[in-house]
Amino acid sequence: MSDVATNKRAQRQAAGPYGKIGQTLNELDDRLGIAKGGRTFMDKIFPDHWSFMLGEIALYSFVILLVTGVFLTLYFVPSVATVIYHGPYKPMDGQRVTEAWDSTMNISFTVRGGLLMRQMHHWACDIFVGAIVVHMARVFFTGAFRKPRELNWTIGLTLLILAIGNGFLGYSLPDDLVSGTGIRIAYSIMESIPFVGSYLAFWVFGGNFPGTATIPRFFILHVLILPLVILGLVGGHLFLLVRQKHTQFPGNGRTEKNVVGSPMFPVFIAKTTGFLFIVGGITALLGALAQINPIWQFGPYDAARISYAVQPDWYMGFLDGALRIWPSWSFMGFGHTIPFEVFIPAVILPGILFNVAYLWPMIERKFTKDNEIHHLLDRPSDRPKHTAFGVAVLVFLAMLHIASSTDVIANFFHLSLESTLWGMRILVIITPLIAYPLAYKICKEMQGYRGSGKRKTHNIVSRTAEGEYVATPTPAYGEDVGHELDATPVPTYIEVEPDEPVESGVRTVER
Amino acid sequence: MSDLEEHRTPVSLNGLSEDDLRLQPLAKNPQTVERVIAVTFLVGTLFVAAFGASYWVNAKPWILGATMGAGLFLLGVGLVAWGKYLMPRGPFVEERHTLANSDADREALAAAIVERGGSVVKRRKMLAGILGGGMGIFGIVALFPLLRSLGPLPKGTLFHTDWKKGSYVVDQTGRRVNVGDLAIGSIVTVFPEGTENSDRGQAVDQTVLIRISNQNFTTQKGRETWGPMGYVAYSKLCTHLGCPVGLYEQQLQLLVCPCHQSMFNVTNGAIPQFGPAPRPLPQLPLYIDANGNIRAQADYDQPVGPGFWERHRVTGSKV
Repeated sequence: MSDVATNKRAQRQAAGPYGKIGQTLNELDDRLGIAKGGRTFMDKIFPDHWSFMLGEIALYSFVILLVTGVFLTLYFVPSVATVIYHGPYKPMDGQRVTEAWDSTMNISFTVRGGLLMRQMHHWACDIFVGAIVVHMARVFFTGAFRKPRELNWTIGLTLLILAIGNGFLGYSLPDDLVSGTGIRIAYSIMESIPFVGSYLAFWVFGGNFPGTATIPRFFILHVLILPLVILGLVGGHLFLLVRQKHTQFPGNGRTEKNVVGSPMFPVFIAKTTGFLFIVGGITALLGALAQINPIWQFGPYDAARISYAVQPDWYMGFLDGALRIWPSWSFMGFGHTIPFEVFIPAVILPGILFNVAYLWPMIERKFTKDNEIHHLLDRPSDRPKHTAFGVAVLVFLAMLHIASSTDVIANFFHLSLESTLWGMRILVIITPLIAYPLAYKICKEMQGYRGSGKRKTHNIVSRTAEGEYVATPTPAYGEDVGHELDATPVPTYIEVEPDEPVESGVRTVER
Repeated sequence: MSDLEEHRTPVSLNGLSEDDLRLQPLAKNPQTVERVIAVTFLVGTLFVAAFGASYWVNAKPWILGATMGAGLFLLGVGLVAWGKYLMPRGPFVEERHTLANSDADREALAAAIVERGGSVVKRRKMLAGILGGGMGIFGIVALFPLLRSLGPLPKGTLFHTDWKKGSYVVDQTGRRVNVGDLAIGSIVTVFPEGTENSDRGQAVDQTVLIRISNQNFTTQKGRETWGPMGYVAYSKLCTHLGCPVGLYEQQLQLLVCPCHQSMFNVTNGAIPQFGPAPRPLPQLPLYIDANGNIRAQADYDQPVGPGFWERHRVTGSKV
C-alpha cells in the first residue's frame, strides 16, 4: 500500500508542480517552443465593448454555415437530370423535376434533421452577411479602418463580396422556381456588359440559358472554392487582428500605446465560447420556428413559369431595387446595343459602391491629410462629416432595398405601381440628401452634451460676498460615472522554490 | 492532493495583493450568481439531452431545433455570465509595441531586394527579358482553355429561336392549338411543336398566344397579316432581364412582368407602357392553316429577351 503511495508521490514529483498538463506542455515546448508565445497569447488583452461582438457574430455564423453545409452536401445531388418526384410531399407527386430539386426535397422531408439543417444553413447565411455589414459599419463610423488597418478593411470588404456571392450561389442550388428566376436575371445582367457580355454569359453557363452546367458549377464554387477562399481570408483577417492588436475606445488609462480589457484566458475564451453557443442557439431556434425558403411551395424551376411577388435574399435587395427604378434607357446605334437599363444599375452601381469602399481609407486620407497611426477609436459624433457621409450611403442603400418591393408596397397601400415607382425614385435621391445634414446636426448636438443619457445632478447656487450668484454642478452619481478601475498588467503567477526564501528563488517569466 | 499542495507555494502576483479588487469577480454576491448559472447550465443540459431524445424518436423538425436551440442558448448564456461576473473583473492592460522596425533594418531589407536582386537582373537583362516574356505569354495563353472550354461561343444562337416557317403552335402539354380553342381575352403559353418539354424550348422559345378582339387592336406597320382572327403571339421573355412575362391584366390588356413590373400593351405591338423594359416584346407572325391549326409564318424577326452588345438588329427591321 505504502509502496503504491510512494510511487504515486514519485510520479507526481517527476511530473512537476503542474502535473499531467504541465508535463504535456513541456513535451510540446521541447518540440515546438510554444511556452513563451503561448503565454503571451494567453495574456492577450481584448477590449470590452459590445460593438466588438459584431465581428464575432459573423465569424460564428460562418462556423455554423460550415457545419450545417457539410451535413447538406452529404444528401444534395448537384444535377439537372430529370427525375419523377415520388416523395412524402403529395402535391408534387409525379412531377418531372431535376435531381437537385428532388434531393433538396429529400433533405427537407425524408432525411432526419434535414429540414432543420437546411433552414439553419439559410438563416446562418442571412445572419452572416448581415453581421458583416453591421460590423463594417462599426469599423467605418469609429474610424477603425485607418492606418495601420487599411489592409484588414480591404480583406473584410472582400469577405463581404464573397459572402454575398456565395450566398447567391447557394440560394440557387435547389433549382426551385424562385431561385431559377434569380439565375435567369444574373445571366441577363452578365449579358448586358458591353463587348464581352454574351461571351461571358455563355462561358459561365456553358451555353445559352439555361445551360446544363449551372447547377454543377455553382455547386463546386459554393461548397469548395469560395468557402476555401473565405476561410483563408478569415484566417488572414484574424491574423492581422492579433498582429496589430485591437483598437479601443478612449477612456480611463487607455492610450495609443496600450490595450485595456480582459485577457484571452480564461475571461475572453469563456465569453466568446458562450457567444458561439448563443449564436448557434438562436440560429437553431430560427431554423426550428421560422420557415425560410420553402421550395415545395415554389415548385421546381421551369423557365416558362414564374411566381408573383418574388424577392431575392435580403442582401440582393439593393440591386433588385436599383433595377426596378432605373429608367428604360437603352442605347442602340453604330450597329450595337448597350442595355444601359441593366448595365448601369446592376454592374456600374455596385462597381462604384464597392470600389469607393475599397479606396475609402485612401480617399479619406486625401481629405484629412492624416497619415498617423490610430489605435484609439473615434466617437462617431466627433467626426460629423465622416459620420454623416456614412449615414447618407446607408440610407441610400436602404431606400434601394425598399424599392425592391415596389409591387408589394403598391398592393399593400393600394397605390398605383406608377406612383410607387416615382415615389421610390424621388426618395432614393432625396433621403440621403436629407440624412446628411440631419446626421451632421445630430453629431454636432451630441458633441455639446457630453454624458447625455446620464441622470442629471442638481446645481448648488451660492451667492458670493459681492452678491454674484454662482451655480456649481454637483458631481455625477457614482453609478453613472464609468466605475472603471485603473488597468493593471495580467498578474504573473510566479513559481517559488519550496524551501527557500520567497525573494531569492523567484523565477520570472520573460514576456 | 496534499502532496501537490506542498509544492504549490503561495504565488506572488507581481505586485498585486490577492484581494485586489481587479482580481475579484464583478458580481456583488458571487454565490447567488453561481447558483443562477448552475441552474442555467442544468436546464441547458436537459434541453441538449432532450434534443438527443427527440432525434432518436424522429420528432418533428421544429422540436429538434427548439430543443437544440434552447440548450445551446442556455449553455452559452451561462458561460458568458460566468466569464463576465465570476472571473477576475480587471481591467487588465497590455503594452502595444510599434510594429515598424528601425531604419537600419528597413534599409537592410530594401538593399537586399534592390541591390542584391537588382544587380543580378541588371547584369543579365536579356535573360530576364526573355523569361518575363515567356511567362507573360504563358499567363495569357493559359486563360484560353480556362475560359474557352467553359462553353461554346454565342455565334448566331442568340439571334434565333426554334420557331420556323410552318411550326405548329402547341401548349405546354404538346397539344396543337386550334383556332376555336381560345375565348376572346384569354391567353396561353405556347411553344413550337416538339420543344415544349426541352430546356431550350422553355427558356428561349416560350411565347404567349392571346386572342384579342379585333376592334381595339392597332396593327403595326408591316405586321398586317401577323395576327389572324385576333390571335397575336409575343415572345414571353421580358426585354428587360428575361423573366417570363407571366401576368396578364385582361381588362387593360397589359402583359406584366412580375420581376420588375414592366408592362406591355398587347393591343399595340407589345410596346412597353411602364417599367424598365426598353423594347417591345418581339411579335411572332402567325397564320391559320386549312385545318384551323395556328402556325408560325416564320421565326421572330429579332432576338428575343434582354439586350446585349451584338443585338444590333433593331426593332422592326427585317433580317
